Parts: sequence; C-alpha cells; structure tokens
Amino acid sequence: MATDRLRALALSVLILAAFLLAWQWGVQPDPAAGPAVDPEYAKLVGAAAATGGQTPMPGPLEVMARLWHHLADPFYVRGTNDMGLGIQLGYSIARVAAGYVLAAVVAIPLGFVIGMSPLLYRALDPFIQVLKPISPLAWMPLALYTIKDSSTSSIFVIFICSIWPMLINTAFGVASVRKEWLNVARTLEVKPLRRALTIILPAAAPTILTGMRISIGIAWLVIVAAEMLVGGTGIGYFVWNQWNNLSITDIITAILLIGLVGMVLDQALAWCARAVTYPE
Amino acid sequence: MAERYISLEGIGRRYPNPAGGGHTTIFEDLWLTLPKGTFTCIIGHSGCGKTTVLNILAGLDQSSEGVVVVDGTAIEGPSLDRAVIFQSHALLPWKTVIGNVAYAVRSKWPSWSRAAVLEHARRFIALVGLAGAEDKKPAHLSGGMKQRVGIARALSLQPKILLMDEPFSALDALTRGTLQDEVRKICQETGQTVLMITHDVDEAIYLADRIVLMTNGPGAVIAEVVENTLPVTRDRLDVHRHPAYYPLRNHIIDFLVTRSKAFEAERRALELAGTPWQARQPRLVRPGFSDPTLAITPATAAMSA
Ligand SMILES: Nc1ncnc2c1ncn2[C@@H]1O[C@H](COP(=O)(O)OP(=O)(O)O)[C@@H](O)[C@H]1O
Ligand SMILES: [Mg+2]
Repeated sequence: MATDRLRALALSVLILAAFLLAWQWGVQPDPAAGPAVDPEYAKLVGAAAATGGQTPMPGPLEVMARLWHHLADPFYVRGTNDMGLGIQLGYSIARVAAGYVLAAVVAIPLGFVIGMSPLLYRALDPFIQVLKPISPLAWMPLALYTIKDSSTSSIFVIFICSIWPMLINTAFGVASVRKEWLNVARTLEVKPLRRALTIILPAAAPTILTGMRISIGIAWLVIVAAEMLVGGTGIGYFVWNQWNNLSITDIITAILLIGLVGMVLDQALAWCARAVTYPE
Repeated sequence: MAERYISLEGIGRRYPNPAGGGHTTIFEDLWLTLPKGTFTCIIGHSGCGKTTVLNILAGLDQSSEGVVVVDGTAIEGPSLDRAVIFQSHALLPWKTVIGNVAYAVRSKWPSWSRAAVLEHARRFIALVGLAGAEDKKPAHLSGGMKQRVGIARALSLQPKILLMDEPFSALDALTRGTLQDEVRKICQETGQTVLMITHDVDEAIYLADRIVLMTNGPGAVIAEVVENTLPVTRDRLDVHRHPAYYPLRNHIIDFLVTRSKAFEAERRALELAGTPWQARQPRLVRPGFSDPTLAITPATAAMSA
C-alpha cells in the first residue's frame, strides 16, 4: 500500500518534470532562425510591436517567478484594475459561497418536501427537467436587467446553477430511503419532524452531499465565466483584464490558482461526504 | 380458557389486479386469538399471506376489512406496544449497536434522562449476549449479531406483543439454534406474548405453544390451530426423542405437503361429516392424542374429494 502510493507520487513528480521541461523547450526562441528582430528596431518601437503584436509565450520559470510575486503580496489594492490575486480570488470565493449557501438553503428543504411527496415529485419534475439544462450564463442578462447590480447578478447565477444538483439529489435521496427504516420509525411511533431529522436526513445524507459536491464544482466553473462577462472584480475579471494587457504570464498564474482553489473546494466537500457515509 | 388478549376479527386483504378490473383476495374473514403470554407460530407456504397478517397486526399494513383488537381496543396503525423483529433486521447503519437500541428506548420514554436510556439499552444488549459490542456499527457485526440487536431493540420496548417475521431464516443452522434457545428463554422469563412467522417446522415445534396452519392462497384460510403437546420444559437437542414429537411433526408436514393445497376438498368432507370448518373458530387439534379431528387424514380428505 505505502510503496504503491510512493510509486504513484514519484510518477506524478516525473510527469510534472517532463511537462515543465517540454514547456521550457517549446517556448525557447529558435536560434536557427536567427534574431527575429533587430534589437535596435525593437528598442525603438517596443517589444510587442517588434514581434508583430505577438507576446512571446512565457516559460515555466517566468510563471513561477510571477506566481511567487503574486503570492508574496496577495492582498494589495492599487486601484480598481490593480488588486492582489488574493483579493480577486477572495471576491470570487465570496460570491460562490453566497450563491451556494442560498441555493442549499432553498434546495435541501425543498428537495426534502419533493422527495417525501410522490405527487409533488411528479408535478415538479417537468419544470426541473426544463430549467436544469439551461446554461447559467443565459440567465445573466435577465439577472442584470432585474437586479441591476453586477455583483448580485453573479451571485444569482451561482445560485441558479448550484441549485439543481442539490435539489435533484436531495429529492432522490429522500425518496429512496429504505422502506424498512421508515417502518422502524413507524413501529416506534416517531413523530414526522424527528423522523425527518433522525432517519431520513442521515439515510439520505450521502446522496445529498454528492449533489452538494457536484454543485460546488459547477459553481466554481461558472463564477470565472460570469466575472469575465460582468467585470469589476474577481478572478474571472482578472483573467480577462490580463488578456487585455496581453500578460500571458498572469493569465497562466491565475489559471493555476483557479485549479488549486477548485480542488480545495471539491476536497472539502468530499471530506464532508465521507463523514456522513455509512457502510451497510 | 385464557383471556382473549389479542384478536384478529374477520380481517381480509385484497389487492387490485394489476391487469385492471377486480381484486385478488389474499385472505378474507380471518379470525385468530392470541392469549396473553403465549407463543404462537404461523406456518404456511410462501405467498399465502403470513407477512400480510403480521404487518396488519403490526399496523404497517391496512386490512381491507375487519379489525384487530389489542387489549380491548381496535388498533389504528403501528404502536410501541407491538414491537416488530424484522426479517432483514432493519438496523440503522449509521448508528452503533447501543445507538440503535437507545433510539427505540428514547422513542418509548422520551422523558427519560440520557443516562437512564443508555442504562436500559445496555441491559437489553447484555440480555441478548452482546455486552462489549455496544459501540460497533451494524456493518461490523455478523448476521446473527445483527439479528440479536434487532431482538434487543424490540425487547427493550417491553411491548405487549412481539411480532417476528421469519427472524432466523437468513441465518446458518448453528446460529439459528442458539438464537432460538435465547428467544425461548427470554420469552419464558418475561411471559411475553409472541406471534412468529416461520416455514421451519422444527422451529415452530420447539418454540411455539400453538401453531397456526395457513392454507395456500389466494383466498388463504386458517385450517386449524395445532396445540403443542410437548412439555413446556423442552430441550432443543432432544426434543425429537419425546413420544409426542413425531405425531406433531408428521401432522404439520402432512398439512404442508398435501392438505394446504387441497383444503377445499377437506372442507366439503367436514361439512358432510357434520363438523363444518368455521372461519370464526379454527379447530384446536392435539396430534398424538386420541382426538376426533384426527380422523381427517390426507387419505380420507382425498377420498371424499
Ligand atoms: N403490494 C402488493 N401488491 C399486490 N400483491 C401483493 C402485494 N404485497 C403482497 N402481495 C401478494 O400477497 C400475497 C401474500 O404475500 P405475503 O404476505 O408476503 O406472503 P408470505 O409472507 O406468506 O410469503 C402474495 O401472493 C403476494 O404476491
Ligand atoms: Mg413473508
């Protein structure tokens, strides 16, 4: 077991090293082609213009240096377009948290009710089936029109995209609680509220947590796109802004951080799911 | 005659036909009384409606007609007075052994302190021989141990009646034997009223005071009630040496092999003989003792058919 894990770790490190080497090699200027631009000319018109508007692709060392630079001072604010990556990520995480918690507060009790009533389940199913596949960003114009605040609209978009997996999984989990456990509750004359909290909730918890884990993944995917669309603050806006600045190094740095934060969010939910899972 | 503690009065159960139109009658006009402190087994072929009878008595299923009277009142749904031991143990897998039993105890006595609940639960876990396993989750128990927890949970409620639906059928022979001994001992000590379903003839003979014979469905009826003629102090290992054992066992096996299928013919024969079968008063028979009801053997039933 332990040696297997060590081997996998060693292989991971090897793959990473190979990737970084290939990257470094790939972005090396081709010496055979000779100096592409006359340095004198480049000095005159600026580096970007000299390469025909093409910013050179940064290598892994440059990105690492940039990452270090951002991590060394993540929380500075020097104007609306110049804020530390920590601040930008903080904005995004706060929006995701707000939309997600709101969605959970609505979806879990509603899912409970739907799951316990076959009639409601069937009555609401067509609505859910139609609303679920709508791209969350399609709601954005409607949100901006009605809410009129870009940040709140982003939160609404997060709310609307994370509600469906939680709602569907809660309803499904509640509806498929084993009949024999409900019969135990019945023979013990357990009152409805106590039954919901002590039998149905723990029985359905693993399914509900699976829904919550899917939701947080979607929410984190959607927030980047939403912030690119509405601008202002957030990691998505940061990426778009750096694209306008043609700062590829910053974009790659941000991409890396988006991945890392997404992984942490997913693992946190996975940990919660493990905590409520019971072996049968 | 013992008092009529629990009585099924003309109960019936019908299911609508899946093809549409009409109903299938699983059984109808079923009458049975369970005297206080007795152990009754229902025996019959699979699908005749034994589980349905037990679930109606438990309040988990509703009869299409008739009433169940417990201690003078007609029941309306499940009650803590009627504890059920489920065939599939039905333990809550996220709770520990003591958590499962304490959940039942707390349901029955909500005002008890936490310490009192745990103390009571621990006592019944020890009674079924599981002391030391209190903090285990059901997933870490063997099949026999899980069933013991189910028994402890039901007994901890100190119910008026204990209902068991083939509680040991999923266990190996050795475990089944031990659990039968324990259940018998506990029930005798506490004077519990018990209704148990089984399709194991030896189990019924060892445990029961009375064995109810149910014919095949649809339209199943209680053919008769067999009184267990073995002494109350019996030992599982040499119960088969008792002179009354084989007449009893043969009577039940004859019923399961032939009479349960052809009871309609037997009924007509009884009618002709002037001792008609009555739904309200299933005959009490004592195999092995000279009893007029023994005149009805499979052979005579087949002859008159
Ligand atoms: N929900 C149901 N719908 C239709 N028929 C049912 C239903 N439940 C049980 N039955 C029928 O009722 C009969 C008796 O079932 P059951 O009481 O489980 O029998 P037993 O416990 O004696 O094996 C069976 O023939 C079964 O098919
Ligand atoms: Mg059954």
